[in-house]
Amino acid sequence: MPKGPTKPATYGLLAEFVTPAELTAAAKRARAAGYRRMDAYAPFPVEGLAEALEFRRSRVPSITLAGGILGGLSGYFMQYWIAAINYPENIGGRPLHSWPAFIPVTFELTILGAALAAVLGMLALNGLPMPYHPVFHVPRFVLASRDRFFLLIEARDPKFDRQATERFLESLGSRGVSEVPC
Amino acid sequence: MGADGPRLPMTNERPQPPVLGPGHTFATVTDKISSIVLTRPTTPGWLAGFALAFSLVMLLFYAIGYLLLVGVGIWGINIPVGWGFAIVNFVWWIGIGHAGTLISAILLLLNQKWRTSINRFAEAMTLFAVACAALFPLLHLGRPWLFYWLFPYPSTMGVWPQFRSPLVWDVFAVSTYFTVSLLFWFVGLIPDLATLRDRADTRAKRIIYGMLAMGWRGSAMHWHRFQTAYLLLAGLATPLVVSVHTVVSFDFAVGIIPGWHSTIFPPYFVAGAIYSGFAMVLTLAIPLRAAYGLEDFITMRHLENMAKVMLATGLIVAYGYGMELFMAWYSGNIYEGFTAWNRIVGPYGPAYWALIFCNVVAPQALWFKRVRANVPVLFVLSLIVNLGMWLERYVIVITSLHRDFLPSSWGMYSATRWDWAIYVGTIGLFLALLFLFIRFLPMISIFEMRELVSETKARGGS
Repeated sequence: MPKGPTKPATYGLLAEFVTPAELTAAAKRARAAGYRRMDAYAPFPVEGLAEALEFRRSRVPSITLAGGILGGLSGYFMQYWIAAINYPENIGGRPLHSWPAFIPVTFELTILGAALAAVLGMLALNGLPMPYHPVFHVPRFVLASRDRFFLLIEARDPKFDRQATERFLESLGSRGVSEVPC
Repeated sequence: MGADGPRLPMTNERPQPPVLGPGHTFATVTDKISSIVLTRPTTPGWLAGFALAFSLVMLLFYAIGYLLLVGVGIWGINIPVGWGFAIVNFVWWIGIGHAGTLISAILLLLNQKWRTSINRFAEAMTLFAVACAALFPLLHLGRPWLFYWLFPYPSTMGVWPQFRSPLVWDVFAVSTYFTVSLLFWFVGLIPDLATLRDRADTRAKRIIYGMLAMGWRGSAMHWHRFQTAYLLLAGLATPLVVSVHTVVSFDFAVGIIPGWHSTIFPPYFVAGAIYSGFAMVLTLAIPLRAAYGLEDFITMRHLENMAKVMLATGLIVAYGYGMELFMAWYSGNIYEGFTAWNRIVGPYGPAYWALIFCNVVAPQALWFKRVRANVPVLFVLSLIVNLGMWLERYVIVITSLHRDFLPSSWGMYSATRWDWAIYVGTIGLFLALLFLFIRFLPMISIFEMRELVSETKARGGS
């Protein structure tokens, strides 16, 4: 929600936790309390954390599948077009469309297409590369890549209130709540 | 975290030695691994090793320069042995490059926790080995500067690659393998690069690692997609790693040369690749863990497991040798029979017997737990297997070509000093890249170690 013009703009509130279990529990409780615009940060993938934030199904698998199909089909038809249409070579009357010989390259290009799609799709869906993000302003946040776990409630959350949300986060057993400047 | 008693039993049936030393927390694994890159001063040992490796790289550049100037005539190749060292070394390096992806992908899918502390540098090893491997066919082209003719692109000459040739399949297999291995390695590195960015003590380091980390901040949604992509990559890399050496073996098996034209080649090449790859991982892991004090992370259990994989794949390779000989006899084909006989007692017989000793006899010592638990002996055995696998490719390439169907076209092959210079030079390139890697990037996956700590705690607590 828009802030008053005199107040410094706030991106949200960041609460620090010490164990992954505390973070997952806090995320679930914040969700239950009605907060929706949230994110959680952990130094390694924490099982159940994305689900606690009710993260929708990832689209990475379908993008990967599409990349694989695209790679495989273009690999096969490239070979067919080259060997049978654009540059036909009659060698002892052997068939031009010699499909078994086209399988290895088709296979390799299927894998290549799928792998590129998986990585680029993952990065694109994650919005990376993104060198700047407001959470980096919080000095303690460097520990998110070491041994600390953070829950962020964004200021644009309809239920967000600078004081009430801070009290709520403290009540979740946080070791400290910091404001994230915009 | 209860630090008393033996922790982390990996299976319920019987307790196994831990894959992580006791007493580690998220903070200690992070600090220990990142300090190797960020705060540890460059040691004289590193400098000396890098200097030696780099002087071999200079030798490589010199030899390549002379090759470009004069041509492949400086090598020992001629008719009938047209392949020689270039292809021997190509297959050897590609084989070494198989363990990285195998450890990363297949062991990840099989949920083998012990892979965590060795996967990162095994992947790096894969990349560098494949880079060395790819040099050889290119230099062997005769006019390496026209290497791009290998790729299908609409050229003004109107010609295209011949897609019915295994040599063209090889181009696609090796370049796909390199690309996918690079992606796999880099994706795994992103969270660790973020760790280095956050712990960097100078602005330059923060900017460089920060650019490479692409703004990774460990968001739960990001981790979720990251894990999905990582698992998918592992699933894709698994058939890929099998396909690469299969296609390499097609280079031989599709030809009609006796000693090459054999259906056992694909599985036997793949097993040999994994065998040599694990040997190279051991060769590198043993000095690394000693030099950087990583015994808590690369434990005896890791070394022992790798020794077991080496033993198992070595037995498959031994079966391959046996079947080659059996089929040479059982097929009743006089050329096949002669080639087998010529390998054993012909002019290259000593190489054959040396390979049998290195690849079949010596590794049998790994049946004994005392041998697997003895680090210096394991190191020597891994070197022996590396040598044996090189000899295997030498025997396959040279003995089959030097005496094929017509005695009038028989000949002998011996490598020249330029062959050796380029071979030794690629070993230098491989080592130089590894030295740079362990200096500038985390050689053990930090975020996966934190995950391992978390699981260890969960098990200890329950």
